[in-house]
Amino acid sequence: MLKDLCRRMFGRSLWVYHANSGGCNGCDIEVLNVLTPYYDVERFGIKLVGSPRHADVMLCQGAAMRSTARALRRAYEAIPEPKLVFAIGSCACGGGIWHDSYSVIGPVEKIVPVNYYIPGCPPRPEAIIYGVAVAVGLVDKKTAPVQFKQAEFPIPRYHPSDLKSDGEVVVYEKLDRV
Amino acid sequence: MSLLSKVKEALVCLRAGRVTLPYPAAPRPVAGNFRGRPIFDAAKCIGCGGCAANCPAREILIHDVCQEIRVLRYVGRRCTYCGRCADVCPEKAITMSTDFETATDAIGDIGQTIELFMSTCQRCGRCFKEPSPLERLKQKGYRFDDLAHDRWVFGSRAYLDTERAVDDIRIEMD
Repeated sequence: MLKDLCRRMFGRSLWVYHANSGGCNGCDIEVLNVLTPYYDVERFGIKLVGSPRHADVMLCQGAAMRSTARALRRAYEAIPEPKLVFAIGSCACGGGIWHDSYSVIGPVEKIVPVNYYIPGCPPRPEAIIYGVAVAVGLVDKKTAPVQFKQAEFPIPRYHPSDLKSDGEVVVYEKLDRV
Repeated sequence: MSLLSKVKEALVCLRAGRVTLPYPAAPRPVAGNFRGRPIFDAAKCIGCGGCAANCPAREILIHDVCQEIRVLRYVGRRCTYCGRCADVCPEKAITMSTDFETATDAIGDIGQTIELFMSTCQRCGRCFKEPSPLERLKQKGYRFDDLAHDRWVFGSRAYLDTERAVDDIRIEMD
């Protein structure tokens, strides 16, 4: 549903507002790299604007800090509806490498609702373009959660409940695999 | 003079030609030493937990369900792709792939979970001794990371409540 809404509402152009709430400036450089002629995102209609009131999309970089959380929230509320939030970089996605320090609250999704995540430290300019292309429906996302489950125990397992004493001999009643 | 400089600039631009990469339509190969998302091989992993002990972002969680089952979970949210887990792995079960197209709309998509069978000691029937409080602080033997909330637990079980310890002071929002 969100994808359909995206395609309808943001089909022609996305104007992005670029909010750094305590990152190291690495992701900012990559975002500005995306706007250069090599990775020309203006062919998708993407334009960097200076005010959140002109923007459709907020690009969040950096973890939400104690000092900037409030400003980030106010910038998010200043964007007119409908709006999207991209979390760019591992700080914005997961709180960064100093996630457990005092001044870091955590990922930006604790402060603003995030629609798309672009992990990486910093993500390549191609990865950012890929995230935008996923958002506007040009390509499909490639990631899916991976889970390997242990189907059965490779060796038999003895439970104390299966122990029976037969005179002086202790007998295991169950020997099959659990 | 200014006209001449404009003509010069136009010449420079014309000589450069078209440089824009057709990226989302055409694939873009990475450089040879590029590190992307780590891929965990469940068949090779022996569950030593060295990757979890060495991860600077504490993104690899280990939870011992019982004596024989150890769950290793790579969350990947704040992974910086530093490659220390692949470096320290004795069985080379972790490979740093060149996969950078990890953008997603659900952050759980980049996680990997491995359930491992830990072979027990033939004499005592256990994988580890029950840890003493000092050993628990040194993170040997059992590990009790919080898989439900994707949170690592430092040493002891003292932080296993649902709220983070950092949330002691509330940030006042408008």
